[in-house]
Amino acid sequence: MIKIENLRASIGDKEILKGLNLEVKAGEIHAIMGPNGAGKSTLASVLAGREDYEVTEGSVDFDGTDLLDLSTEDRAREGLFLAFQYPIAIPGVSNINFLKTAIGEIREYKKEDPITAKEFMALVREKSKLVELDAKLASRSVNEGFSGGEKKRNEIFQMAMLNPKLAILDETDSGLDIDALRIVANGVNKLKTKGNATIVITHYQRLLDYIIPDFVHVLYDGKIVKTGGKELALELEEKGYDWIKEELANN
Amino acid sequence: MSNYTEDDLEKDLDNQEYKFGFTTDIEADQAPKGLNEDIIRFISAKKEEPEWLLNHRLEAFEMWKTMKEPDWAHVKYKKPNFQDIIYYSAPKQTKKYESWDDVDPEMKETMKKLGISMEEQKRLTGTNIAVDFVMDSVSVATSFKEKLGELGIIFCSFSEAVKDYPDLVRENMGTVVPTSDNFYAALNSAVFTDGSFCYIPKGVRCPMELSTYFRINEGGTGQFERTLVVADEGSYVSYLEGCTAPQRDENQLHAAVVELIAKDNAEIKYSTVQNWYPGDKNGLGGIFNFVTKRGICGTNSKISWTQVETGSAVTWKYPSCILKGDNSVGEFFSVAVTNNYQQADTGTKMIHLGKNTKSTIISKGISAGKSHNSYRGLVQIHKNATNARNFSQCDSLLMSDESGAHTFPYIECRNSSSKVEHEATTSKIGEDQIFYCKQRGIGEEKAIGLIVNGYCKEVLNQLPMEFAVEAQKLLTISLEGSVG
Repeated sequence: MIKIENLRASIGDKEILKGLNLEVKAGEIHAIMGPNGAGKSTLASVLAGREDYEVTEGSVDFDGTDLLDLSTEDRAREGLFLAFQYPIAIPGVSNINFLKTAIGEIREYKKEDPITAKEFMALVREKSKLVELDAKLASRSVNEGFSGGEKKRNEIFQMAMLNPKLAILDETDSGLDIDALRIVANGVNKLKTKGNATIVITHYQRLLDYIIPDFVHVLYDGKIVKTGGKELALELEEKGYDWIKEELANN
Repeated sequence: MSNYTEDDLEKDLDNQEYKFGFTTDIEADQAPKGLNEDIIRFISAKKEEPEWLLNHRLEAFEMWKTMKEPDWAHVKYKKPNFQDIIYYSAPKQTKKYESWDDVDPEMKETMKKLGISMEEQKRLTGTNIAVDFVMDSVSVATSFKEKLGELGIIFCSFSEAVKDYPDLVRENMGTVVPTSDNFYAALNSAVFTDGSFCYIPKGVRCPMELSTYFRINEGGTGQFERTLVVADEGSYVSYLEGCTAPQRDENQLHAAVVELIAKDNAEIKYSTVQNWYPGDKNGLGGIFNFVTKRGICGTNSKISWTQVETGSAVTWKYPSCILKGDNSVGEFFSVAVTNNYQQADTGTKMIHLGKNTKSTIISKGISAGKSHNSYRGLVQIHKNATNARNFSQCDSLLMSDESGAHTFPYIECRNSSSKVEHEATTSKIGEDQIFYCKQRGIGEEKAIGLIVNGYCKEVLNQLPMEFAVEAQKLLTISLEGSVG
């Protein structure tokens, strides 16, 4: 699905990603953990195409296309979705209008027929149930006056509506109480198929109690330094990151 | 508006340049350049006007000669040379149009390009807009006259009104915007050539939107039209105006006067989508839009101004309400967009004279490129205006580092029981908002369209449906390529 090789990226003069390698296959869930400042959110931003970052080296193959060659919107249209850590409000633009525009653009890019109003509304009804989103929320302005939990649920709702190939969840668990966490995780699990993949960026093991990863990676100082199964997350929760730093120093 | 999608926008964005920039090749009957008493007599004679109106013009001209161009607005431009303007230009016609079929095919084509579907309207009786089309100095055609006539509603060109309803015109004209009001109002009173007139009789609710479409076509001309709307006691009317002009390197002057009279218990809703040619990317050409618009309210009456201003090189315009009658209500909803080198100084005046009068001002300014956008507003509460209320909200959105947003609110309060509130915000369009949209697959232009339209929603919601969709497209097109 996605193959990242030797990815280096900087913001200003500061190099954040320093030769990162990662491969995610269809049907897999990968968790990326790591201490603050390791480059987790930078990775998400670089893959999504945020212009503040400059990619200096490396390649990213996304299902057969060169991801780094695509504009931000074309990456999204090719099926890359980022659930934002801090979803931004767009006052006066209803969620419905926003998503209808997005789906319209994606379909046009894929040279598909535009979605009919009936199809679209049926999709909204179906997918809003998935994250227990109040139908009223769908007609409110995008993220405006939403609580922290509503914003995150709205991100997963958008993900469900856009049905991406690869979803990157950037600290989707931050700021969620335990009920909201469960709702969000359930949503993500229900959306999982053999054909799509998920990268979960998180600080905490608790999200991984609900979204069970196939692989857990430790991102440290701009590189993936350790990879393991879901038990690695438990180990990190228990022992912190210092032992990994020591391991690295000894090598 | 909820079922509005951005799909049609794609097509429009393909020709994002000013799409009304064409000229129509119609023979025109013109006065020579320049302004003097002879020209005014010429115009008056051409219009076969009564003596009183000619005298009115000449008095206005004498007054104008003693007046100075206002320079307090936050705009810079080369003052027009008033002797270098053609004050009368009319599409040449051998006879008056008896019916739609007589209208010049070139003219019909022009209207089609402008999206005025009179022919369609003629066929479909179900539509709900009556249109008066004013090209250069003359009203060309008015639709639905007979149907309106059955209700006693008068909707016709100003010239026709002078001929057919002289008493109504004489009684009301200049009562809201006196000739001496300002430099441009005086100029307009001296040289105005046509415009629209509308009278709604007592207790009648006008069943359709009345609309005037203004078009400047000839080069070197100025457009000076007058609109007079009189809503008699207990009546209601919703009135729309739209404006476009060809793309020219010269600056053309548009100095209009609009007067609204809402008698007791009447309501007038006046909406404008102003899209005069704004000049090119380097600030060459474009319309100088110096307009005086004012309404007066009787007891329990209401006047509501809604404007979407995207065009013109320089805009100087303050649609205002005199809240004379007790319990009367004034509203002003405005979106002003400036891009490239455009300058706008616009706002409103709410003059509270009566008791329990209420006014609301919602202004959204959007500045892009190197443009300057100013809100200028006056809220005046007079001594006898017990319990008067005003709420003002002025928001500015900056789209670029080189553009400017300015707010000049004036509040004068002489009654201690009144309440005046003013809120203002300035924000910059968020890169984060645009990135968020793009990450969902929405391209930059569409993203800006969405964000800006969302920002202006409170104002756009005030427009009648047909205009709202048009205005949304216009906003997006005007701001094409402007983030930076």
